[in-house]
Amino acid sequence: MIAILRRDLLLATRAGGGFGLGLVFFLIVVVLVPFGVGADTDVLARIAPGILWVAALLAALLSLDRIFALDHEDGTLTLLATAPIPLETVALAKVGAHWVTTGVPLVFAAPALGVLLQIDARAAGFVMLTLVIGTPALSVIGTFGAALTVGVRRGGLLLSLLVLPLYMPTLIFGAEAVRRGAGGLDPATPLLMLGGITAGAIALLPFATAAVLRINLR
Amino acid sequence: MRNLAVARGGATVLAGLTFDVAAGQALILRGPNGVGKTTLLRTLAGLQPQVAGDFEIDPNQGAYASHADAVKSALTVQENLAFWADIYGTCIPDTIWDQFDLGALRDRTAGTLSAGQKRRLGLARLGVIGRKVLLLDEPTVSLDGFSVKLFTRFIQDQHLAAGGIAVIATHIDLDIVADTLDLAPFVPSKQMLDSSDAAFL
Repeated sequence: MIAILRRDLLLATRAGGGFGLGLVFFLIVVVLVPFGVGADTDVLARIAPGILWVAALLAALLSLDRIFALDHEDGTLTLLATAPIPLETVALAKVGAHWVTTGVPLVFAAPALGVLLQIDARAAGFVMLTLVIGTPALSVIGTFGAALTVGVRRGGLLLSLLVLPLYMPTLIFGAEAVRRGAGGLDPATPLLMLGGITAGAIALLPFATAAVLRINLR
Repeated sequence: MRNLAVARGGATVLAGLTFDVAAGQALILRGPNGVGKTTLLRTLAGLQPQVAGDFEIDPNQGAYASHADAVKSALTVQENLAFWADIYGTCIPDTIWDQFDLGALRDRTAGTLSAGQKRRLGLARLGVIGRKVLLLDEPTVSLDGFSVKLFTRFIQDQHLAAGGIAVIATHIDLDIVADTLDLAPFVPSKQMLDSSDAAFL
């Protein structure tokens, strides 16, 4: 598992690896919002949690189709399926690599970009916290979607259509927790729900991902 | 392997295969394009279920090599081999560089290699992972005469000599002492397929 994780991170940092692609996309989306909505600070501060979360979702989506497609094209996935490590482990390693290259940069970039959306320090803290808890779920669910579309040519669009509805609960509870926290209300319930979704997804989806891969590799 | 039948895309392509390969022996699979060589090897590798019959391969000793080289072009030759060594929990033997003539290419990015050099790198993986039963699908594609000789020497003098087994699908004459199995006679006749369909219905 460590071997795959290490190799994927190494590949991500090499030329054409796509490291930081999601981060730059996140940056552009967030910068575009004040242009579209106008510079009214009250309005921006109110919609900021939702905007940051939607942008994070889209940024995570952007790099999903690379997770298995590249390994499938050059035959690596077939060989990994016959290698002495379970496919579940392969799936989990892929999730880890996607999270480190996409989720973690978002966590650190979000409060900085939040300044553009006029959020205060308290809200920025909650944005970071919810992203730390929520982005692993985005990676796990996305990896499952990537496994579903692994043999499909130009499967990127299909992948988005499959995965975005599955991202909805994470988005709802993530943005809600930030709103409550920033507004001085008790954010415990949405935070717990968010953590529950992430924990459940990590526990169950690697098995589903491996099963789907086996079928797709036949 | 007894009475094995394999299918591709829902259609049975080979049926009634029975053979046995002892340790230290190789088996060459022959037959025209589309006869089912790849399907048979994929079934033996456990990538797809067989239609009928059964086969026995030590699950901890099988290794499959497909048409694709599974080479990551952004990694160097050394890093590519090190990855597979990590996965299989082995280390890269020093002899591998001479065996597959990769010594000079060791620190080159795999993306800059020629098709034949990539193929040699893909085959060198077999020397790294240390498996006893090799299932090779047209291993000599895009190799030149010299590289084919390197490859046959590896299979004959090292792998088979150490008691390994190799099942190789190929179209060219390899300089390996091996039994040959022509798959063409095992293609089920139209009539047989019809009757099995009728039985199924």
